Amino acid sequence: MGIYYSIENLVAAALSENKKISQIVLTEQAHELEKTEEELYHIMRESFLVMQQSVVEGTAPDMRSVSGLTGGNAYKMKCAVDSNKNLCGKVFGNALVRALAVSESNACMGRIVAAPTAGSCGIIPAALLSIMEDRSLNEHDVIMALFTSSAFGMVIANNASISGAEGGCQAECGSASAMAAAALTELAGGTPQMAAHACAIALQNILGLVCDPVAGLVEVPCVNRNAMGVANAFVGAELALAGIESVIPADEVIVAMKRVGDAMPNALKETSEGGLASTPTGKRLKKEIFGEV
Amino acid sequence: MNVFDIVGPVMIGPSSSHTAGAVRIGKIAGALLGNAPVSAHIFLHGSFAKTYKGHGTDKALVAGIMGMTPSDTRIRQSLELAKEQGITVVFEKAELEGAHPNTAVITLKDAQGRTVTVRGASVGGGNIVISEINGMKVDITGQQTTLLILHHDVPGVIAHVTNYIASQGVNIGNFKLSRTQRGETALMTIEVDGEFSKESNKGIETMPDVIQSIILQPS
Repeated sequence: MGIYYSIENLVAAALSENKKISQIVLTEQAHELEKTEEELYHIMRESFLVMQQSVVEGTAPDMRSVSGLTGGNAYKMKCAVDSNKNLCGKVFGNALVRALAVSESNACMGRIVAAPTAGSCGIIPAALLSIMEDRSLNEHDVIMALFTSSAFGMVIANNASISGAEGGCQAECGSASAMAAAALTELAGGTPQMAAHACAIALQNILGLVCDPVAGLVEVPCVNRNAMGVANAFVGAELALAGIESVIPADEVIVAMKRVGDAMPNALKETSEGGLASTPTGKRLKKEIFGEV
Repeated sequence: MNVFDIVGPVMIGPSSSHTAGAVRIGKIAGALLGNAPVSAHIFLHGSFAKTYKGHGTDKALVAGIMGMTPSDTRIRQSLELAKEQGITVVFEKAELEGAHPNTAVITLKDAQGRTVTVRGASVGGGNIVISEINGMKVDITGQQTTLLILHHDVPGVIAHVTNYIASQGVNIGNFKLSRTQRGETALMTIEVDGEFSKESNKGIETMPDVIQSIILQPS
């Protein structure tokens, strides 16, 4: 069927059967993995529960990573939102809180769901749990949306990459952002075509995004980039749901992402040799944490 | 690739390669020792050596050695837990020629003095490759049920073992033979489709010229 090799195929399959992308994927995977749809749904639900828990853990005031580089941003953001001091209202504010929380939980050796990676683990939970709260959605629809996001992620993985070492942060936070945009669109009642446009728009916004982790750790700027990622996911979904289309089709955007990643120097692909990692502060922090390396 | 490779796995952070993968390497070493270890000597090479403290690689490796999975919340306290259980743990940096940048060489010893030395690499996304067991070359990813059969290198043993596996209705997905010297001891690494029971494994262990047979469950 090739539904995991092109967004076009994925959307076409959903349209031809007049079903949501999530249902197409669940049915196909049940067949592929020789399990029932109920069993697969249950597995995905386990991940959903971990995502929820990781938000709770990550908003604690005393979060601190082993290196000391990160922890506490989610708490600060939460205080701002809870006291009505943030700029963009509760929904968006809480999305940022969740993205920061899960990402910080990851940095502090908490339990998270790699989606698609540990470095980008805050984006999809933040997007989905925020719209779930805002629209009082039931968990079933949200868990199904994880199948949608997963399918978009598979297309990206098959045609480009979901690894920072290969494609920079485009491949991790960028992919997560695009996956979340598609899932948000489906959850908000958008069509499969809209979900594809949401993915394309989210992805084209992060082309060129580098992987430049300070001291080589999944902390700075990774935690804050997860916040950017959920924001960008909402951008993709909002525009698509308003009927705005990506001029460049999603599949071509994915290939463009791959080509940009290939053109990136290794210094900007998870080697901590460029970007923020090689700033004076970045270098100083590396020395402080790891000694002379 | 399936949906759960993309949204998943559930893991302890921060890094698929430096944390989750490290747990899996440790877990295989622990499984190969069989009994509870009293000491663990761990050499770290490359990126593992440079960043292990920040990524919790040390905690992850020890957690795996003690049998934890990559999603076990006790990973954070594994070093303390090891101390409580009387396991001596030593970490050392090493320069290993040509090794993958995320390589660990783990030597475990049990109360009877039995040791096992395992060399493994974390190759990305939580995937691992075990490349050496007790000096013998292997190629284990741990994704399928794997049989490790140490035997005397004489004619007929391999046929005997593989025929037996067939008689159990189990299909072989991959087979690798490693030997130190012709006629000495050799190691079969056999990946099978599906499961292989402990009872079936006993059937292999009791064969003439088989020294030891270990089942590595997928992990």
